[in-house]
Amino acid sequence: MGAKVVTVTSGKGGVGKTTTTANIAAALAAAGHRVVCIDADIGLRNLDLVMGLENRIVYDLVDVVEGRCKLRQAMIKDKRVPNLYLIPAAQTRDKTAISPEDMIEVTAQLRRDNDWILIDSPAGIEGGFRNALAPADIVLIVTNPEVSAVRDADRIIGLVEAEEKDPPKLILNRVKPDMVRRGEMLKAEDVLEVLAIELIGVVPEDEQVLTASNRGTPLALDGRSRAGRAFQAIARRLMGEQVPLEEFAAEDGFLRRLSRKVRTGGQPA
Amino acid sequence: MLKSPPVTTMGSSLALKGIGDGLLVTVPDGDWHVVWPSLLQAIDERADFFRGARLVLQVADRDLGAAELGGLRDELQEREVALAAILSSSAGTRSAGANLGLALEIPRPELGEDGEREPVRFELEGDQAVLIERTLRSGQKVRHPGHVVVLGDVNPGAEVIAGGNVVVWGKLRGVVHAGATGNERSVVCALDLTPTQLRIGSHISVSPERKGNPRPEKAYVKDGNLVAEAWKTS
Repeated sequence: MGAKVVTVTSGKGGVGKTTTTANIAAALAAAGHRVVCIDADIGLRNLDLVMGLENRIVYDLVDVVEGRCKLRQAMIKDKRVPNLYLIPAAQTRDKTAISPEDMIEVTAQLRRDNDWILIDSPAGIEGGFRNALAPADIVLIVTNPEVSAVRDADRIIGLVEAEEKDPPKLILNRVKPDMVRRGEMLKAEDVLEVLAIELIGVVPEDEQVLTASNRGTPLALDGRSRAGRAFQAIARRLMGEQVPLEEFAAEDGFLRRLSRKVRTGGQPA
Repeated sequence: MLKSPPVTTMGSSLALKGIGDGLLVTVPDGDWHVVWPSLLQAIDERADFFRGARLVLQVADRDLGAAELGGLRDELQEREVALAAILSSSAGTRSAGANLGLALEIPRPELGEDGEREPVRFELEGDQAVLIERTLRSGQKVRHPGHVVVLGDVNPGAEVIAGGNVVVWGKLRGVVHAGATGNERSVVCALDLTPTQLRIGSHISVSPERKGNPRPEKAYVKDGNLVAEAWKTS
């Protein structure tokens, strides 16, 4: 059967795509799955930094596509988790260096020997996004509880639907429960009312995310932070486990209410 | 039969008629270097309406070369407007248009005996409606010269532009323009009528803050004003 290809995208930049990709990948790998991350943001690579692997890059995705190296040579082994690999983006090229067909070809080669292939999509709705979307079996849309991010997420959902992919799943990132309680932030209900797709995770705002990203250590490897636990829960839901949201946010009335909205569906066929 | 009056919402006037799924623009007389910029300005002022449209230009006996027509097509393209055809009695203009691959007649010909274009018809019959069985999401746009029925929501950032009526069996949150070719008798109905902007003909309105629960409403033009009222089943 082979790997599932999961594309993490958002439309709007800066909502936490790269952090989400790195953390879900780390959590899946920590659970014993074989995981490859692909940074599809050619020219603005970041995933290597967040995963703390920048200094190990020799070959990148464009080198693979253009035949300068074997796929295997571009796969950087994670330094903490076994079974986790990164194929970095090229820093000196742009999105035109690869095509959607290239992405399908590269992932086809990876599917055999892995369980998950996570693709970190660039922001926007242009070529880079199309590249990242082309091979996807599952599309995860990251958004923040703010009007502009939700609007862009809606746009992306429309584009994913137009490609006749399965409906994407939503990750609501950087939620501040205090602000929601005071009515100063969009509620998950508000977001879901517009987007009307399955919510697969809610990640609270957590300062540790920033420090972890700067250090290049995905939080999900350390179960002590709330955001890290939220990313772990998303990974478990992807693996088909039933994980209610209460598990990491029981103290929170808002999150408890919202958890009713989460259908923790199994792995899509 | 409904006539489409010249659109004169914001200053620069524009002789505009709907033809099938396209728009016919009659270019006024005068120096090309004056007429063309003012035409572009008129289009810019109605960018929402024109975006995505197919344009047929009526230039009468004006003589235009390939460079002028090509430039014109490019400028329209920048505005996401497709130049579909050029109507002219000038042999030079026709041959330049043909070289650029433009049609030289209205794609679905409606020419009378003397070559005059017949008045544009918008007979909005029941079968001239389009049914959209999904939610329109941000960035998605439907333009249709007849009626539009959406079974689903129209999300913020989505747009519906109809020559006739618009019925949304769901939440209407985006931009809606009924009677976009000038029919002020068009209506907009939705189960939850809270559009970002609602237009009927040349009237524009934004939704007031809603009080209470959503209810089906119908918007129409009454005594020159856009009004919305609760749907009555009687």
